[in-house]
Amino acid sequence: MREKHGIEAEGLVRDFKKGPRAVDGIDLRVEPGEIYGFLGPNGAGKSTTVHMLTTLLPPTAGRARVAGYDIVAEGPKVRAAIGAALQEAALDPLLTGREHLRLQTAMHGIKRDERRGRSEALLERVGLREAADRKVSGYSGGMKRRLDLALALVHEPRILFLDEPTTGLDPQSRSALWLEVGRLAKEEGVTVFLTTQYLEEADVLADRVGIIDHGRIVAEGTPAALKAQIGRPSVEAVPADPADREAVLRTLARFGEPQPGSPKGVAVRLRGGEGSLADIVRALDAEDLAVEHLQLHAPSLDDVFLAKTGRSLEGAGEEDEVEAEAEPEPVPA
Amino acid sequence: MSPLGTQVGQLARRSIVRTFRQPANVAFSFLFPLLLLAVNVGGLDAAAEIPGFPADSFLDFALAFTFMQGALFATTNVGTDLARDIQTGFLNRLALTPLRGSALLAGQLAGIVALALLQSLLYLTVGLVAGARFEAGPAGIVVLLLLAVLIAIAFGAIGAFLALRTGSGEAVQGLFPLLFVLLFLSSMNLPRNLIEIDWFRIVATINPVSYLIEGLRSLIVSGWDAQALALGFGLGFALAAAALAAASLALRGRLART
Repeated sequence: MREKHGIEAEGLVRDFKKGPRAVDGIDLRVEPGEIYGFLGPNGAGKSTTVHMLTTLLPPTAGRARVAGYDIVAEGPKVRAAIGAALQEAALDPLLTGREHLRLQTAMHGIKRDERRGRSEALLERVGLREAADRKVSGYSGGMKRRLDLALALVHEPRILFLDEPTTGLDPQSRSALWLEVGRLAKEEGVTVFLTTQYLEEADVLADRVGIIDHGRIVAEGTPAALKAQIGRPSVEAVPADPADREAVLRTLARFGEPQPGSPKGVAVRLRGGEGSLADIVRALDAEDLAVEHLQLHAPSLDDVFLAKTGRSLEGAGEEDEVEAEAEPEPVPA
Repeated sequence: MSPLGTQVGQLARRSIVRTFRQPANVAFSFLFPLLLLAVNVGGLDAAAEIPGFPADSFLDFALAFTFMQGALFATTNVGTDLARDIQTGFLNRLALTPLRGSALLAGQLAGIVALALLQSLLYLTVGLVAGARFEAGPAGIVVLLLLAVLIAIAFGAIGAFLALRTGSGEAVQGLFPLLFVLLFLSSMNLPRNLIEIDWFRIVATINPVSYLIEGLRSLIVSGWDAQALALGFGLGFALAAAALAAASLALRGRLART
């Protein structure tokens, strides 16, 4: 049965003793049964938001309700309703997969006679039955993530928080996890709040996406609607001779508005459709300007990020990494 | 079993399983005290000839030291396990379940109780096989095990406190040499009244570890010594209570969940 409540947050703020405000007034609403993708670079505030919504970190200001319960006043009820697989699968390398499930089912107070059956079903579901009695230290990254997901599901939560669930996984493991998450939402009505720094993940998996940067949501909507906001395709050219950069930009500017491009290239958002490409090639040829690289690309979520923040998502990740690694101690609420 | 009992039982089980899956830890905490005992007995056996020495053999006198040393290993075992759980995020995983903070501490310490019992039985067996005499008889063995477990709980709670306060396994391991110094500056190798160097005797007299060792030792060398036992159990309880209170407070700070 699909639940009545999803996730609602209003003006959620989290300050830390040192450093910038990690989350700076987030408002969001995730409908029951929806997969919500929270997209942003490292250090943008994704994990801090998840920690607040899962009750692990009290907010400095603002309020939120998860599964209909207030995250500050009704922490235990929130925890009973949610499952979470947080960043970096938190597993004990000395225990086996089956032992993890035994511990997790016991911690959740599941009756003794139900524990074994539920553990076996979950092991089967995430494809770890054969590896269940092996120590986790011998698991691959994908296996650890799948076990992490199984552990988050032992008490049949209505809402699932996945904090960068596919970071570091190979494409095959990533696809397998996407399939499972999609199935949970579509077939079982589980609400999924998923943070990611992968555009493709948000695009493929999420019903709606919130783009976060420096602790604020800068754009929100379905992937299609967000891309439609950007609307038009763009063209980027890398001059063969760097001295021609200005001349190439002037030529391209006849076809659209200049926008930030790669360090060596120049880019414009086309006023017309993709058909302008042939005209651009002819114009460059007429000016006798050689280009090393010419690329047309349709709007992506990265373009949305670029349009909203002036930075590319990948570059922003590297830029903010130091900040994320040095996340300071929390201030007591 | 009650949900709390189940949680404590499962966490204790995990604590024991983890320890036995780290052979280096097992070898260190089970065998190192016996090795040191063998070295001390071999080198200091003549001390038993000193007039006023309270035991017939140095083995009887030094056997108590192994239980104390085993308890010190409990400090680092509990501490490093908890610190690793904090560093890997495993504590957050547990925090997301209905687990009570008291169950987390009790589970870790129950694991240490089981390990301390196993260690103590090994030390006792080796001591008796090597010819040690146990003056307090079978009932004394039970009391000795109780005191050894109490000391392990006290030191385990100190390790837990440090791990929860700092979140660092290195900090916990840094404490170990300090505790070892406390052990050597106690009456572990000579009765306090026979220590001739003044500063050493004073330090050994104000060092609580002396009274813990003397409580254990009294059962082996003197039989039933009410004063030594009262001091040993009294200090053991006081240390355990203080360390558990500090660890509970540190846990509350660490588990900032709402």
